[in-house]
Amino acid sequence: MFDRDLWREIFQSINMNRTRTLLSGFTVTFAILLFAILFGITNGLTNTFDDAFKDDATNSIFIMSGRTTKANKGLQAGRQIQFKNEDYDYIKEEFGEKVQYITARIYKNVNASFQNEKNSYSVRAVHPDHQYLENTEVTIGRYINQLDLNEKTKVVVIGRLVENDLFLKTTALGKYINLNGIQYKVVGVFEDDGGDNEERLIYMPITTAQQIYGNNDYIDQINLTYNPKMGYDQAIAFSSLLTRKLKDRFSVAESDQRAVRVRNLANEAKGINQMTSGLGMIVLVIGFGTLIAGVVGISNIMIFIVKERTKEIGIRKALGASPKSIVSIILMESVLITLIAGFVGLVLGMGILELIGPSLEKFFIKDPKVSLNLVIGATITLIVAGGIAGYLPAKKASRIKPIVALRDD
Amino acid sequence: MLKINKLHKSYPIGDSSLHVLKGIDLSVDSGEMVAIMGSSGSGKSTLLNIIGMLDEADEGEYILDNVPIKNLTEKKAAIYRNKFLGFIFQSFNLINYKNALDNVALPLYYQGLKRKERIEKGLFHLEKVGLKAWAEHLPNELSGGQKQRVAIARALAADPKLLLADEPTGALDTKTSYEIMAFLQQLNDEGKTILIVTHEEDIADMCKRIVRLVDGVIMEDKFVEQVRASQYV
Ligand SMILES: Nc1ncnc2c1ncn2[C@@H]1O[C@H](COP(=O)(O)OP(=O)(O)O)[C@@H](O)[C@H]1O
Ligand SMILES: [Mg+2]
Repeated sequence: MFDRDLWREIFQSINMNRTRTLLSGFTVTFAILLFAILFGITNGLTNTFDDAFKDDATNSIFIMSGRTTKANKGLQAGRQIQFKNEDYDYIKEEFGEKVQYITARIYKNVNASFQNEKNSYSVRAVHPDHQYLENTEVTIGRYINQLDLNEKTKVVVIGRLVENDLFLKTTALGKYINLNGIQYKVVGVFEDDGGDNEERLIYMPITTAQQIYGNNDYIDQINLTYNPKMGYDQAIAFSSLLTRKLKDRFSVAESDQRAVRVRNLANEAKGINQMTSGLGMIVLVIGFGTLIAGVVGISNIMIFIVKERTKEIGIRKALGASPKSIVSIILMESVLITLIAGFVGLVLGMGILELIGPSLEKFFIKDPKVSLNLVIGATITLIVAGGIAGYLPAKKASRIKPIVALRDD
Repeated sequence: MLKINKLHKSYPIGDSSLHVLKGIDLSVDSGEMVAIMGSSGSGKSTLLNIIGMLDEADEGEYILDNVPIKNLTEKKAAIYRNKFLGFIFQSFNLINYKNALDNVALPLYYQGLKRKERIEKGLFHLEKVGLKAWAEHLPNELSGGQKQRVAIARALAADPKLLLADEPTGALDTKTSYEIMAFLQQLNDEGKTILIVTHEEDIADMCKRIVRLVDGVIMEDKFVEQVRASQYV
């Protein structure tokens, strides 16, 4: 296989018949080109979906409240539903194992300052679990912890951009930041993949916020992730049960869509998952179909080549070529043509994706690319395909009888 | 060198078969230069092909260099052809996309020699046929006589015990034919055993022995006074 002379022979023969080689490889080039582009586009779609969820864990459930739209159990429509600490505790207790992480949230807008720098930011007052729900990455210091909650300490964890804005080139950790006239100690700085807005946030302990901003036990929203061992269907059943129990708890009509709202990413993730794997299947089928056509094409042309070279093969045999050497020359030639043709397709496909990629963003195709795995997979597939394409022609070539080939007529 | 006993060969033609060789007995010693004569269709090429292991007899015995040639696998036949035999054809049978040197070196490739050695030996044999300067030329840039000399160099490259030539001058004019014969005679003088198939009397007279085939049997087998080709060139 790594015999340099064999390769020399093959290159000589391919070089001799450039047009023919080009023609025979064309279908394979086309197959791989098509496959690469379709694959890239599917990847691009997946990227878009992934991006939409990047900020949150994909097994997230968000619980929000609003005004009732329907009268129920003697209560009038238009009643505001307010979550409290006891509702947070209730969910934790009632669903236990099914809940992986859970946090409450209070939203607040504040004017923040440090020395001469001022800006306004959103504050989220949360439980420690929030870090895992939001994929928050603490780069310096620490996140909010249970001790902060117990002690109602005045500490905050600020986003990377908040530090940039207010602390300029200095480090914020350990310094005091002023929020609406109250001093908070910065105990951590975080980064978040969710975009700039996510890095212009300030986190503080929920108990601190409750004491300072209202001296009550209200909460605005509850976020949780369900146990990742649950499948999509189980997760969807879980969130339905959760919704029903909460509506019951607040005496909200079963059909009321506004008073208690539970949003489960599993619903969306399931749909998207089905769609992308469906697309993947279609791409595979199309790609393989075209590749098979390519293999048949190469095989046909190789048979033709063998016919055309009957005399040459006869001469080689008369000079002492073993059947094995004839088989390997044809087989290798076929593999090489397939591989080169395939790579040309792959490179063309990658080039085209690179070119048209940016203009596809408006079709929800983001950063369409071919993965390294695909390149490796394609290489192996092409070698196998080339081998299959070359098998019959090689067999035919090895059966050529020198006397028949050498007869002068 | 070689010994043939009661050799028979038929070709199937439709439902019947054509009996081409009808009991050939022939033995050739090393150092001989034998012409196999006969009219067209008399079975000369068939006999030569069997001797060259390109074809197999139906019946009879064939021993080459003390090795009985029978039921050879393709692989074995390839090895024997490469080691024992050099072929020269009427239509040269050079590989048209390989230059003269690569053509000459091809049997050495199948012997498993390294490229450097192949080039060295190839050039040596090209020099022997007077075509070293043409090493890089493709066959279609050569005259008929030059092509046949390249073919002879190729036949000699693997240093075979036996040279088999089927109408080696059939496609050449008289003058060139004699040049080729002069060269073959020189090789024979150096000790090479040569079998030449021809239907031309003057070519046969340049050998040392003439075997006449008529209708698949040997009608005459005689040693002759060799006419030297060099006096005509
Ligand atoms: N492969 C074959 N199939 C059928 N007939 C053949 C084949 N090879 C040769 N013949 C026939 O056998 C006879 C002898 O052929 P050949 O040995 O080539 O004769 P020569 O070389 O003396 O002209 C001819 O009649 C030829 O047509
Ligand atoms: Mg003949």
